[in-house]
Amino acid sequence: MTSKTTNPETTGDGNSLDRRILLKGAGAAAGGLALGSGAITGFPLVWAQNVKDVVLRQFGTGISAQPAIMDKAQKDLGFRVEMAGLDSNAIIQRAITQPDSYDIADIEFWIAKKVFVAGNMQPIDTAKIKLYDKIVPLFTTGKLTSDSKVAQGTPPHTVGYMAGPTSRAFAKEQTKWATILPLLYNADTLGVRPDLFKHGDVMSWADMLSADAKGKAAIVNIPNIGIMDVAMVLESAGLATYVDKGNMTTDEMDKTFDHLGKFKRDGQFRAFWQTFQESVNLMAAGETVIQSMFSEAITAVRVQGVPCRAQPMKEGYRAWGSGLGLSANLKGLPLDCAYEYLNWCLDGWVGARLGRQGYYSAILETTKANMTADEWGYWYEGKPAAGDILSPTGQKIDAAGGKRDGGSFSERMGHLACWNAVMDNDRYLLRKWNEFVSA
Amino acid sequence: MAIALGIQPPSAAVQYLQAAPLALVLGAFLVIPLAAIVVVSFWTYDGVMPAPGFVLDNYRLLLGSRGFWLAAANTLKFAALTWMITGILGFALSYYLAFFIRSGAARLVLLIACTIPFWTSNIIRMIAWVPLLGREGLINQALMNIGVVAHPIDRLLYSDFAVVLAYVQLYTLFMLGPLLNAMARIEPELLEAAIDCGASQWRVVREVVAPLSRTGFAVGSVLVLTLVMGDFITLRVMSGGQSGAIGLIIYNEVGLVQYPDAAAAAVVLLAAVLMIVGAVLRFVDIRGEI
Repeated sequence: MTSKTTNPETTGDGNSLDRRILLKGAGAAAGGLALGSGAITGFPLVWAQNVKDVVLRQFGTGISAQPAIMDKAQKDLGFRVEMAGLDSNAIIQRAITQPDSYDIADIEFWIAKKVFVAGNMQPIDTAKIKLYDKIVPLFTTGKLTSDSKVAQGTPPHTVGYMAGPTSRAFAKEQTKWATILPLLYNADTLGVRPDLFKHGDVMSWADMLSADAKGKAAIVNIPNIGIMDVAMVLESAGLATYVDKGNMTTDEMDKTFDHLGKFKRDGQFRAFWQTFQESVNLMAAGETVIQSMFSEAITAVRVQGVPCRAQPMKEGYRAWGSGLGLSANLKGLPLDCAYEYLNWCLDGWVGARLGRQGYYSAILETTKANMTADEWGYWYEGKPAAGDILSPTGQKIDAAGGKRDGGSFSERMGHLACWNAVMDNDRYLLRKWNEFVSA
Repeated sequence: MAIALGIQPPSAAVQYLQAAPLALVLGAFLVIPLAAIVVVSFWTYDGVMPAPGFVLDNYRLLLGSRGFWLAAANTLKFAALTWMITGILGFALSYYLAFFIRSGAARLVLLIACTIPFWTSNIIRMIAWVPLLGREGLINQALMNIGVVAHPIDRLLYSDFAVVLAYVQLYTLFMLGPLLNAMARIEPELLEAAIDCGASQWRVVREVVAPLSRTGFAVGSVLVLTLVMGDFITLRVMSGGQSGAIGLIIYNEVGLVQYPDAAAAAVVLLAAVLMIVGAVLRFVDIRGEI
């Protein structure tokens, strides 16, 4: 047996993981795995032999479904994680209606709110997640620091825990049983063409309604996300007020759509986009100058040589977060492997890789250890780059002196207005949205 | 055919056996899923997830919502416009291909040229419209350069015009195919006879070609109408998400796990399409003429 089982990426930085602790529980569950082969890091040979045929099927957003991550996981863990990327509509269908088709679901927290009620996923036993107590408190308490305010919408901690291992009800407070393990998250804002739309360094969401944005603004056509961008805009413009933008009353919705319909009729909007690629095309072709946009789409516009920025807004950001969850069908050795994989995802290598694409990771310490000081300064601390900042594939993202839009991690994630959400009145929301689109 | 060749038709049992594979496939992949959709359309929604039950709320809410009727009107408008334009284009093109192109090879090449829009994926095709029709697109640039307009015409893209244009580009082929098939079976002698009797070319088209290609027109109409009425991707992309359709309502509802509402909309859409197809088939008896 010559299979390589050491973990070169995490040695030497003080973060190398001792997997034996985990393995004890795992071995018992798997039934008679020989333990104590003497290795300090890496797996005992028997484990390596047992898991080499294991394949875990993961699906989710395209963000984490990268061949490089798959290959690295196989190299470090000894088993294969197959990853497939889908759009959010397909993700939610698959998670709910085809639980046999996956082992690990990479889903957003607002999607978890729907999926876990359906009972097709099993909660994660956080005792088996070694670094669980290192997770950014945003996900466990909803607060970045003890004095920050919980943002509106569906904050991850409200759908982050189940009452028990077989419960279908979310727990109000942190429990031992987590729904999904936070993997990556970000604070989204409107994307702007700084060359065509000049409103200063810090703008307001209300700038989307300004005269020079007429016919050149766009909103995301995913109803439960688009409505929140609209609410940010209307609230900033003083046209509407909300108790909770992420969970509106039908009355608040009526008022919102009255305004929105009027702006549509007046030709304020160029389009309502639904896919990543559409949003990139609108911006790159100059069809829009200010619009709802996800951070990776802004990077995609820049790669084409077109200036585009994630515009810092004085009213704050709309946050989203996604994580990994376990299918209810997962048991035995594959389940143990899945826990191994979850732990590996928090080791820092994945966090650093996704960090170079602009995403934040759930555990800052391990990510920092896997980045260069310049990378960490640029992506997390809002410092000017000392040298070229490269993407994971080697494309130049920024030159020396360049700074990340919106500043540091704490400035961005500490300035959240709301989280992506599912509303209690989502059925009513959809009816109003469909009416608005057709009108 | 079988009878003309003097061969006895197979016994009833053998005939059932021959039809069985198709019946099984259609049963498993069409009838059962459709039945499931009908069943789910009567389920309830508990606020987060669909739940089994039997309620008429989904239909009541759907048919009572302004959004549905707006979307339905939109769908019908686009179906009618596309039907009309593809009908005229399809007829003219297939008339030309059938009676003016002598060489079979040339006809084949031209017919293949009509399939060019399908050589690439839906996504690429949609994206490709932007540099052509967009504000900074080729057409607007050209119009501005030759001084026809001072400002770019916004309505070229993300408008009803763009939607119909994309439908026509895609679906003319579905009208052209059946029409060409019907026209190719018209004996050229018939046309010559009409001309010998002193008919003008226009009269030949009107009184010989048109009536004899009715079946093709009916088949093409069914294809185009069902394609347009079930579509939501082309509509969404070309209208820039600013226009609705029943298909889009279904898509949005499925996205938030409101399966009963989506199923009810699907049943209503299916009924509407079947009624329209039924009307077309009343106009032409396809089975009698194929």
